Amino acid sequence: MIKVHREICAYCGCCVSVCPDGALELVDAYLDIDMNACKDCGICVRVCPLGALEAKK
Amino acid sequence: MKREYDVLVVGGGPAGAFAAKTFAEKGYTVLLTEKRPAIGAPVRCAEGVGKTLMHEFLKPEDSWVAAEIEKANIIAPDGFTMELEPEKAGSEVGYVLNRKVFDRDLVWMAAGAGADVQVKTRAVSPIMEKGEVKGAILNQGGSTYEIRAGLTIAADGVESKFSRWCGVDTTVPFREIETCAQYLMTGIDIDPNATDFFVGNLIAPGGYVWIFPKGDKIANVGVGIGGDRSKPGNRPVDYLNRFVAKNFPNGKTIELIAGGVSVCQPLSCTVANNLMIVGDAARVSDPLTGGGIYAALYTGQLAGDVGSKALENGDTSSHALMPYDSTWRSSYLGKALERNYQIKEVFIKMNDEDLNAIIHSVSKMNLTDFNTLNLIKSIISANPKIAIKLGKAGLKSFIDSF
Repeated sequence: MIKVHREICAYCGCCVSVCPDGALELVDAYLDIDMNACKDCGICVRVCPLGALEAKK
Repeated sequence: MKREYDVLVVGGGPAGAFAAKTFAEKGYTVLLTEKRPAIGAPVRCAEGVGKTLMHEFLKPEDSWVAAEIEKANIIAPDGFTMELEPEKAGSEVGYVLNRKVFDRDLVWMAAGAGADVQVKTRAVSPIMEKGEVKGAILNQGGSTYEIRAGLTIAADGVESKFSRWCGVDTTVPFREIETCAQYLMTGIDIDPNATDFFVGNLIAPGGYVWIFPKGDKIANVGVGIGGDRSKPGNRPVDYLNRFVAKNFPNGKTIELIAGGVSVCQPLSCTVANNLMIVGDAARVSDPLTGGGIYAALYTGQLAGDVGSKALENGDTSSHALMPYDSTWRSSYLGKALERNYQIKEVFIKMNDEDLNAIIHSVSKMNLTDFNTLNLIKSIISANPKIAIKLGKAGLKSFIDSF
């Protein structure tokens, strides 16, 4: 699963655009993750410009 | 409260605002929704735009323009600077905008033309009937309601979800997202009328560092790198911090801006039944420069023109809307996107030695008619090695054909 470090996230939506499963959504000033849709591919974790996302086993 | 409109525009950036303005001017009822509480904030942009491109649509207000750019510097990995001074050749360069003011004024123009505007209002899903989009379910301040529309415009930016919900895959391949971090800095010693572009695999792999002035001693200083080059300790913000520590140790950061820019090819189709996709959501930002303002204005206005005709004829099927897709693809914009995509594919694979060689050779040329295409053609003619690489990729004849 993906954890959002909200104190790091600048809610830019970069991760949302690359999610192949449509599991992320930028709702105004926070990121919403649909854990049922997320397949733990880790792409969002890699592209985040600030390192706000973490893959958690 | 009105629940039915001719046109629903999802997203209040430049593309959405221009679409809404165009439809409203033609007498259609329009609702523009923006999920954020304010139009234009937070900024996710380096704010540069070409002068001549912008003048196609708008006469810039003083309040939009933070700086007028007369010169661009391209700095090679070895530190050599190539200066491009098109002013001397009689052509113009660009503006660095205040997007917070610019975006807001565009939405005001749409409102002035008659469009309704709602902020802090998010489209949570399309209304789908028999496989066709019939508007959207909106959430405004916690309450949910339906807005029905004959035509819906997806202008929801790089993080676009609306089109995906309607069945159009908008996923950006992760090697084709340019992941970016930028500081708005003050107290830095810069040329207020020149943009700087630094290239090199040590400072910005698969991208570049930019300094876009916004006044005396003020600038957007940012870095974009390829999504596949980003890793812990070497993320855009890390590259940016290293660049700033080295070049502007005494500068002060008054804003942190993060963002993603798609540098992939545009969506394979930007219309569906009762749906048009515009701006960054259509993946029409420039794959080489990352610029997206011109493409947003162009596609927004074109969607308004083509969509209005479709509404007038009572047929908003994908077939009736297709002239929007085919027109932008065959336009200056569509051709530039195609060409710059191919060039980008070569650029991101270059090592620092290639980059140094190119920049040194081009600096010796006298580029009288400056534009990206002429620059590229000059690079190719002066660099047999690069020409061979392009030839191997099947690109040389492609570029020569322009």
